[in-house]
Amino acid sequence: MTALTELTMTQALAGLAKGSFSARELAEAHLAVMERHRGLNAFITETPEKALAMAGESDARRKRGEVGLLEGIPLGIKDLFCTEGVLTTAGSHILDGFKPPYESTVTAKLWQAGAAMLGKLNMDEFAMGSSNTTSYHGNVKNPWTRRGDNRDLVPGGSSGGSAAAVAARMAMAATGTDTGGSIRQPAAFCGLVGIKPTYGRCSRWGIVAFASSLDQAGPLARSVEDAALMLQVMAGHDPKDSTSVDLPVPDYRAGLGAGVKGLRIGIPREYRMDGMAAEIGALWAKGAEWLKAAGAEIVDISLPHTKYALPTYYIIAPAEASSNLARYDGVRFGLRVPGGSLDEMYENTRAAGFGAEVKRRVLIGTYVLSAGYYDAYYLKAQRLRSLILGDFTKAFEKVDAILTPATPTPAFAVGERMDDPIAMYLNDVFTVPVNLAGLPGISVPAGLSEDGLPLGLQLLGRAFDEATLFRTARTIEEAAGFTAKAAGI
Amino acid sequence: MSLDRAAVRHIATLARIRVSDQEADALVGDLGKILAWVEQLGEVDTAGVEPMASVVARKLPQRADEVTDGNIRDRLLANAPEPAMGFFTVPKVVE
Repeated sequence: MTALTELTMTQALAGLAKGSFSARELAEAHLAVMERHRGLNAFITETPEKALAMAGESDARRKRGEVGLLEGIPLGIKDLFCTEGVLTTAGSHILDGFKPPYESTVTAKLWQAGAAMLGKLNMDEFAMGSSNTTSYHGNVKNPWTRRGDNRDLVPGGSSGGSAAAVAARMAMAATGTDTGGSIRQPAAFCGLVGIKPTYGRCSRWGIVAFASSLDQAGPLARSVEDAALMLQVMAGHDPKDSTSVDLPVPDYRAGLGAGVKGLRIGIPREYRMDGMAAEIGALWAKGAEWLKAAGAEIVDISLPHTKYALPTYYIIAPAEASSNLARYDGVRFGLRVPGGSLDEMYENTRAAGFGAEVKRRVLIGTYVLSAGYYDAYYLKAQRLRSLILGDFTKAFEKVDAILTPATPTPAFAVGERMDDPIAMYLNDVFTVPVNLAGLPGISVPAGLSEDGLPLGLQLLGRAFDEATLFRTARTIEEAAGFTAKAAGI
Repeated sequence: MSLDRAAVRHIATLARIRVSDQEADALVGDLGKILAWVEQLGEVDTAGVEPMASVVARKLPQRADEVTDGNIRDRLLANAPEPAMGFFTVPKVVE
């Protein structure tokens, strides 16, 4: 029998239904792997007792014939989701000791569907980063290493702990959040499927806010089917989030096998960037061939404002962050560093509580919103945002989905591109545009680099058309036959 | 637009983050680089383009103006650094 931790969620659900193993045994198997790979630093807080208790309750429910969509599945939760009574840090020192008195809507839906929580996953501080090296709780290591080179690589970010945990078989799947690529980039770096749904598809209630007009929750999983199943449970209208959209959630798994015959897939010429690794370009071409061979029509398209998406993002996201992070002031929760006056207490608390990258972004955001600069920076970026959305609107008149690489390079070593913030920001060059446009994007593993690291392709879709992304990603998944695993996992 | 140390200090005061002289000097370089990079947006003619604040264009939903929660003082205070007598506390602000 395959080790329980090697199963996909779909396989595990079948095994649980047959009674081949219990939810408790499934949780125990994952807890053992968590212990074995603790050196990856994927978890900030492990909750083994909770995992076993929830799994036990799941077994009891199953005996009574109550079976949810994720009945008995052990999951990891990014530490950006508030979990009732369980430490929630957002990867920051400033949330020291914060135990939310409430549960986020998305995690509540997962538990309602029968899943069990293994623990809270490490992440870049306040989801700001692309390498999981800005967490107060230390770097996360990618389970993958280059062939013949044992240097530690980054798992990507900001959902780096989520990606490392799922790739290392510590969790069957994990939640992530994606403001500029924070699900799709780590999924690509760790050989996983990750989807950022359309803005409004998942409730943001109870998720620590970074940039409220861009943030979306989504799953990281080891197959397209698992990602579809998990999003099915996470998605849905929530009156507690005024931007959550009241639309029915389709059965994502039902259409998975529909194939891509007759679909028009766009290839945006502006994504062919200078300095993109040759193997990434080759994989992109291969992806287009796979889809063509499966019956799709490949269409060259133009998204003319692509090169402005990153600088637009780096005005809008910090602006929203500077406003959202104003709440961390040492008064109501988390860290407090005393000062002689109220202002001094604020300043001392925020100086000690925020890391360097968070401070940079809060300061940039404060600057672009400040008197005299608002029009030149913030309003200008908001106008560019309209143009970027317009590019996609036009493109989707001609095509059903867009195929791009997920990242410009495979995973890099800890310490590489750490000296220049802009070099780090370029990681998200392919992922950021759809956050600005609010559209869905999925990253799917499609091959290995020359030195043996996973590479991902990305598909972008129309608003609320995740179903087309899933079936197209499934076609790529089948053609790529990606079965590689990190050495030692 | 390049920033000097005084400008960085002013922004840091607005953001209520204490920065040391050493940090301020490093931030002059970092923030200056980021601002110089985002200024490429100036190349694009955006005259007549509407600024976009959110992708959810719909009118925000409304509900009846009723009290839907409350009476959870102790839960709200449970995470406070130094609560006292059922209140959040801050350093004295009025002499």
